[in-house]
Amino acid sequence: MEKFIRLDGLVVPLDRANVDTDAIIPKQFLKSIRRSGFGPNLFDEWRYLDVGEPGRDDSLRPLNPDFVLNQPRYRGAQILLARQNFGCGSSREHAPWALLDFGLRTVIAESFADIFFNNCFKNGILPVVLPAAEIDALFALVEATPGCHLVVDLEQQVVLRPDGRSLPFAVDPFRRECLLNGWDDIGLTLRHAELIKAFEARRREQQPWLFA
Amino acid sequence: MPQTLYEKLWQDHVVHQEADGTALIYIDRHLVHEVTSPQAFEGLKLAGRKPWRISSIVATADHNTPTDHWDRGIEDPVSRLQVETLDANIRAFGALAYFPFKDPRQGIVHVVGPESGATLPGMTVVCGDSHTSTHGAFACMAHGIGTSEVEHVLATQCLLQKKSKTMLLQVDGVLGRGVTAKDVALAIIGRIGTAGGTGYAIEFGGSAVRSLSMEGRMTLCNMAIEAGARLGLIAVDEVTIDYLRGRPFAPQGARWEQAVVHWRRLRSDDGARFDRVIEMPAAAIGPQVTWGTSPEMVVPVDARVPDPASEPDPVKREGMERALRYMGLSPDLPICDIALDKVFIGSCTNSRIEDLRAAAAVVRGRTVASNIRLALVVPGSGLVKRQAEEEGLDEIFRAAGFEWREPGCSMCLAMNADRLEAGERCASTSNRNFEGRQGAGGRTHLVSPEMAAAAAIAGHFCDIREWL
Repeated sequence: MEKFIRLDGLVVPLDRANVDTDAIIPKQFLKSIRRSGFGPNLFDEWRYLDVGEPGRDDSLRPLNPDFVLNQPRYRGAQILLARQNFGCGSSREHAPWALLDFGLRTVIAESFADIFFNNCFKNGILPVVLPAAEIDALFALVEATPGCHLVVDLEQQVVLRPDGRSLPFAVDPFRRECLLNGWDDIGLTLRHAELIKAFEARRREQQPWLFA
Repeated sequence: MPQTLYEKLWQDHVVHQEADGTALIYIDRHLVHEVTSPQAFEGLKLAGRKPWRISSIVATADHNTPTDHWDRGIEDPVSRLQVETLDANIRAFGALAYFPFKDPRQGIVHVVGPESGATLPGMTVVCGDSHTSTHGAFACMAHGIGTSEVEHVLATQCLLQKKSKTMLLQVDGVLGRGVTAKDVALAIIGRIGTAGGTGYAIEFGGSAVRSLSMEGRMTLCNMAIEAGARLGLIAVDEVTIDYLRGRPFAPQGARWEQAVVHWRRLRSDDGARFDRVIEMPAAAIGPQVTWGTSPEMVVPVDARVPDPASEPDPVKREGMERALRYMGLSPDLPICDIALDKVFIGSCTNSRIEDLRAAAAVVRGRTVASNIRLALVVPGSGLVKRQAEEEGLDEIFRAAGFEWREPGCSMCLAMNADRLEAGERCASTSNRNFEGRQGAGGRTHLVSPEMAAAAAIAGHFCDIREWL
């Protein structure tokens, strides 16, 4: 997993609540057995005027000019600004894979759905929760400021606005440590292999029916 | 100190705890399907790792599988490759049980787990699928995970977790005629919102919940995720134990007796404290119909489509306006005036035998309305299908003009050929009415099996209470 320490990136605003993972990456692209290549189909139904299918050359498809990701001023964005309950619905990790493949390394929102939030950390994406009033202010700022950049600093746990204001955010110490170091969870867990074995042996003895 | 059911389950599975509260949680049952597992098995292979305990794995193919013309196999080559990849991975790595495409026991993973007895009270159950919350009906700590976590469970038999807050949803009283577990779930989501349960494990309690069958309880816990809660929970009682007795993977003989003693403790202690308690009087719940593109956009069937103009919150108002545009509906339209194009009875929410019986009882001796282009019944598993056929339910559906299909996820998420075309409107017993969920441009209204069946006959929504 790629480390996440500090990101200075262009912000793209997606001004709607309850963006679900079906919208982030529609089901037909879930048939892939790979982890990469989902970027062209991120927000597929909103981004294109036709219906996408796996295996098609997406560069030939008609773009929806009204969709924010297609507007030239947001090209190259690395930070997605969103509303409440971002990433609700399906557990598909293809959603963070698609965001990452598109080039987005962080999502700033008022709130996230649990499974999506968790999946982000497994892929080097930092989901940042800020209070509703700050989110409102950021939407206004991004709208009013062409080329608006924010700095997301995981080490300091702050989002820095261009006017110098810094917005603190919370993150679990353990998750922060993993992201800062790009650690692989499995490797970390296997350091406790002996504890797992002992737990399992005890469990097998106490509740043998679980091990049929 | 009195404990909640969730706290008991949590405590029973902690292998190790970090200073910040992140815990290593042991996983008893790992359900696997073809969509969210290929990258996990590949990761395992690349790292030269093996599954920690293959006897924890129960796998089936469900999302991509066609529901008709099984003799032709899986015609979509991309879907076929994904299903064959699961076949190959299970062959290579092993499993307690695998129900591949066309196996008589194949079906939706959340139907197959409980009916095979692979889901047992007190277990941690995970699957790369958000509707894993279904298994909480058996007092399991059960939730969906992403593919990285699928790989993590394969490699370590554990997950890194933070303890959730606890919520008690108390539904007391008697449900009215024609009011089902699905209506309870939708009414709850309508009240607390799709983010209302975020960060919580929701325990459903109260006399109305106790009165539900296991099928109904599974429907309720299935929809916990649509309220934002990864976990839904219901305490063990005689209904749970009766359901499990004699299931293939349930314990037998002395071990059964031993297990039952243990299972009876799987309830919240009297006086246990929850972080949040919500009471929903059962009598106040009517049959529900969603009108928008989020499960929280729901009203009783005798209501009207709401008017965004009366919503004070601008983000919500904008969301309502967008939803109405997408759904092709105008404010104040009576729900019963909404005409339909398709009807789907199926999905991990409502495809069990009780659901099919309830829908068949409505359909019996009637005919699907002429404006309905397709009325589909997709049983949750091969075993549900067989039982329904033994009871003659297939004949009732066919005689009315429904198509009777092979098991799978089908038009709940339209990864196979069953889908809505753009603009088509569907009464669906599934769980998500998101934009494009059942097909790009498709318009989904979530309802109970009885309500879907009645809508198929009438051609538009109608109040099932007037039919009973």
